[in-house]
Amino acid sequence: MSEESTEEAADRADDQPLADELPADELPAGQVPADDVPADEVPADEPVDAAAGEPAPAADSATGAAADQPEPAAGEPDPDAGEAGPAPASRRLTGTKLVVAGLLGLLGFTFAVQVRSVADDPTATALDQEELVRILANLDAHEERLRDEIRELEDTRTRLTTRGQSQQEAQAEAARRADELGILAGTLPAVGPGVVVTLHGGPPAVDAAALLDAVQELRSAGAEAMQIDGGGKSVRVIASTYFVDGEGGIVVDGTLLQSPYRITAIGDPETLAPAMHIPGGVVASVEGDGGTVTVQEEPGGVEVSTVRQPDTLEHARPDS
Amino acid sequence: MIAVLALVAGVVLGIVLEPEVPVWLLPYLPIAVVAAFDAVFGGIRAKLDGIFDDKQFVISFISNVLVAALIVYLGDQLGVGSLLSIGVVVVFGVRIFGNVAAIRRHLFRA
Repeated sequence: MSEESTEEAADRADDQPLADELPADELPAGQVPADDVPADEVPADEPVDAAAGEPAPAADSATGAAADQPEPAAGEPDPDAGEAGPAPASRRLTGTKLVVAGLLGLLGFTFAVQVRSVADDPTATALDQEELVRILANLDAHEERLRDEIRELEDTRTRLTTRGQSQQEAQAEAARRADELGILAGTLPAVGPGVVVTLHGGPPAVDAAALLDAVQELRSAGAEAMQIDGGGKSVRVIASTYFVDGEGGIVVDGTLLQSPYRITAIGDPETLAPAMHIPGGVVASVEGDGGTVTVQEEPGGVEVSTVRQPDTLEHARPDS
Repeated sequence: MIAVLALVAGVVLGIVLEPEVPVWLLPYLPIAVVAAFDAVFGGIRAKLDGIFDDKQFVISFISNVLVAALIVYLGDQLGVGSLLSIGVVVVFGVRIFGNVAAIRRHLFRA
């Protein structure tokens, strides 16, 4: 079997190079097809177009029959007819046939794979190395530009954040100062530990001078906010507060207060209370004149709730 | 017949399996496919001429593919890979045209 086929193959190999191999080998030289169809085709080629339809198949079948296998029918080199020669079926499934089938299968496989891969990513395969390098360089430059941009934006963000932070801090500081100043100026109510000093009695024991003394002592001892109640009225004590003896009471900042006078002061109770009791101080002098003074420590907190409207400044302006 | 079936089966397999083409094979695969197509059309033509030979087909198929790949490889080494690839494609394209013309004459007598 194999002998037979090899024999035949060798047989044909002797015969065919002119017909089969030449076209394959000569074309790379850049010749026109006319050159590579020497023995078999040329006669059947141009002349056939005009004149003879028959001679070509005749010639084919002649060579085929002579070299290869006896042609059953007359003229047409029908593909199936050529295959289905008189040769036994077993011979048709020899190794070479299987190899041919395998190669064609491989071809179809690679073809499909290649088409798919090109369809998946047209750029990678369609572009040559130079273009890819150029694209890569472009991308690098683009990346560099974007990095620069990122850096700039991050700088800006940092700057803005710090500025915002410092602004916030400044705002908080300003608000805190405004609160402090508001408490000092008497425009805001205040709470905190402190003392309540109550003075009973009228002149000469408790007069404007005694009240002023008490306020000064408390202030010296560190009182931060004070108000004086008396006769149902209340006055917030600030820097410009004045005390005048009036009819049946004491006029404080234009408001007539009546005994008993109740001074509420926010500050350290342990400092404020002793300040009232120092020898020759408020308590001593008032009680020496017949009045009574009670000093009540309130570590838990007292409330200075009376406020006054801020004065409208007419001449002074903030410097800066 | 079996060859045509094998070709169809190969295409179907390639579509179904969707294998990833290894990178080192990327430049050679298209050229090899073109070369193989040239061999196939040459084989069809030989078949129609009645001078088809299995062994010859196998040898021309393999040598076509190998030479094509070799040319591309050489071109890559020389730094003219794309140009040589184009050359190979042109040559095989011309040959495929020639073979198809011959096949056409056989089939349509024109």
